Amino acid sequence: MVVWCPDWSVVAALEEAGAPPRSPAAVLHANVVEVCNGPARSEGVRRGQRRRDAQGKCPELLLLPANPDRDARAFEPVLATVEELRPGVAALRPGLLAVRAPDRWYGNETYAAATVSQTLVESGVWDVRLGVADDLFTAEQAARTADAQSWVVVPPGGSPAFLRGIPVDVLRDDGPRGRELVSLLQRLGLRSLGDLADLPGEAVEHRLGTYGAAVRRRARGEDRSLFAARTPPPELDVQVPFEPPLDSVEAITFSVRTTAERFVSQLAHHQLVATGVRVEAESDGVVCSSRLWLHPRHFAARDLVDRVHWQLQSADVGGSLRSRKESGAVRAPIELVRFVPEVVEPAAAHGEALWGTASDDLVERGVARVQGMLGFEAVLRPVLQGGRSPSARQTLVPWGERAVDLRPLDRPWPGKVPGPAPVRVLAAPQDAEVVDDRDQAVDVTERGVVTGEPRRFRVTGRVAGGELPWQPVKAWAGPWPTDESWWSGGVGRSSRFQMVGADGRAWLLLRSPAGWFLEAAYD
Amino acid sequence: MSTTRFAELDPERPVVEQLRERMAAMERRPAAERVPTLPALAEVVPLHAGATYAVDSASLALAVAAGASQAGEWVGFAGCPDFGAEAAAELGVELSRTVLVPDPGEHWLEVTAALVDVLRLVVLRPPATVSERAAGLLESRLRTRSAVLVVQGPWPRVEARLSTERSAWSGPSAGTGHLEQRQAAVVVHRRGRALQRVELSWPGVHRVDRPQQHLRLATG
Repeated sequence: MVVWCPDWSVVAALEEAGAPPRSPAAVLHANVVEVCNGPARSEGVRRGQRRRDAQGKCPELLLLPANPDRDARAFEPVLATVEELRPGVAALRPGLLAVRAPDRWYGNETYAAATVSQTLVESGVWDVRLGVADDLFTAEQAARTADAQSWVVVPPGGSPAFLRGIPVDVLRDDGPRGRELVSLLQRLGLRSLGDLADLPGEAVEHRLGTYGAAVRRRARGEDRSLFAARTPPPELDVQVPFEPPLDSVEAITFSVRTTAERFVSQLAHHQLVATGVRVEAESDGVVCSSRLWLHPRHFAARDLVDRVHWQLQSADVGGSLRSRKESGAVRAPIELVRFVPEVVEPAAAHGEALWGTASDDLVERGVARVQGMLGFEAVLRPVLQGGRSPSARQTLVPWGERAVDLRPLDRPWPGKVPGPAPVRVLAAPQDAEVVDDRDQAVDVTERGVVTGEPRRFRVTGRVAGGELPWQPVKAWAGPWPTDESWWSGGVGRSSRFQMVGADGRAWLLLRSPAGWFLEAAYD
Repeated sequence: MSTTRFAELDPERPVVEQLRERMAAMERRPAAERVPTLPALAEVVPLHAGATYAVDSASLALAVAAGASQAGEWVGFAGCPDFGAEAAAELGVELSRTVLVPDPGEHWLEVTAALVDVLRLVVLRPPATVSERAAGLLESRLRTRSAVLVVQGPWPRVEARLSTERSAWSGPSAGTGHLEQRQAAVVVHRRGRALQRVELSWPGVHRVDRPQQHLRLATG
């Protein structure tokens, strides 16, 4: 039995876009219509049309980008629905699935098809067509001739007769090879699959090659190829209910320990390790805390317990620094904690060295202790990234998290200040003042001209290690102008200066529309 | 082919016992074990495990830490919210083996002790006042863990104190050029020893010796 959901890409894309399912829409790839739905077809939109032509035919046409992953993802619930009726489902491609017809259970094939169709329509798949036949190819063709929410049953042994009248055009779905063959067959005067099936096998193989011979076998209904039924994906989520609900972080972390171990060993059983885990906590039947944790390597049971601790603790107290007394109580009693593996990777990719990583383990444990004292975000790991200002060129990632969305380092980043990198990069730029000989504030014109020679500067905000009173400028260099993120409300046109004070220390200052700032120190 | 020569085993005594002794000698970390430093600093401030050193600037702290990190040790920075990761990487600090606790707040002593437990070298910017008792606690922890503490700020007792005497940047003048090189005279105060002065140059900490300087002037 083959279940066909026509124009699945459009159905999936419309669902993702939240548009009504019966509005005319088309999925485009490389500016060419790849798939369009029924309402669009009735307006004259065709596959292979260019975007402009399609819009000309149907101005209200909804244009959606092609995304095979999305199609496959959206098809997953359909597979699961059919799987509940009859296990052993094979997804041939998004929108098309095959399954052995559960005819004996439901009486006969017609009843089985009716049941599957009804179940799918009830689950929200509006356009579904079914075909039942001896072999896969005939069943697919039968499904394609069926009407929406209907089915065509080819009786046993009736495949050759059914396929006789079908035009060879259906082979176009086989890809470029199929399209080539269709064009050749039409030039040879073979219009239907029956014409091809009547030819002698040797002659077909001689003239059309193995592919042609395979097509002839399919057209005769002799193709006995089986489909590989998928194994239903294993359920890897693990949850632990608390009865009665617990209201202390310590008690919860203690109780999730065995569950965390079960979670890790269950993954290990499938030769998997989790590198991203979502931890969810429920109270009163509502998920009250949910967070995705990424691990730089992979999660061990101990790491998971720590994550639960930090998550529930941070949901409780806002600040990053807290005394030990006030931590440890959660706002509402937790009745369930769930681990959902979001990113799993094969364990082979994360193998440990033969002698283990004992010293690194020790460091991990020591750092986890500090995190337990100060909170998860208090211990950081420096990572370099691309950027123009010193603070943009580095980022501090919480220990035990993975750095994401890093800017590439290997780009030229024009406007970046040359020379050695500053030793101190202030976490927040401090307000500063820079004046020239006549005590006039130094400015930079729109054309990047400095209005006066910087003579003295001072920092009005606080710098770590004391205030910085007026400093005579012994030497200076700059400006290095930048205008970053003007498209999304950046700081605007600004320039950086290197200034060497009289004491021989060097500083990096920024002149932005908001004034002067001290950004970094070369110390 | 070079082979390392070990002393011959004494045929009089059991072999296993002698080998065990040797293993024990290798595993024991003597208190005065040397912690690797950058070559430029190796002669002036040889770092001894279990000791505390004081510096007066972030660049000196980084220079002291860089050697250990280069040699494969873990290093940590506590109370340094303005850590310059790029400068550290340029100096050879391995960022993947670097732990930062930018703001330990009132728990600075516990945090430093916890870091000293697992890291080889910890750079600490302590709060304004450090009591004798707190320093003593950390010192004993340092000795048992054979780690090194580098403080940037006041500290009751230190093995050596490094301070920058004068520093000069070359490169920029009135609006032209950019920072290129820095030369600084670093003074090393040691308990019960004469002051030691050394000329260092950045980037990449190097010793500036007179002949080399002439050479650079002649070629450059």
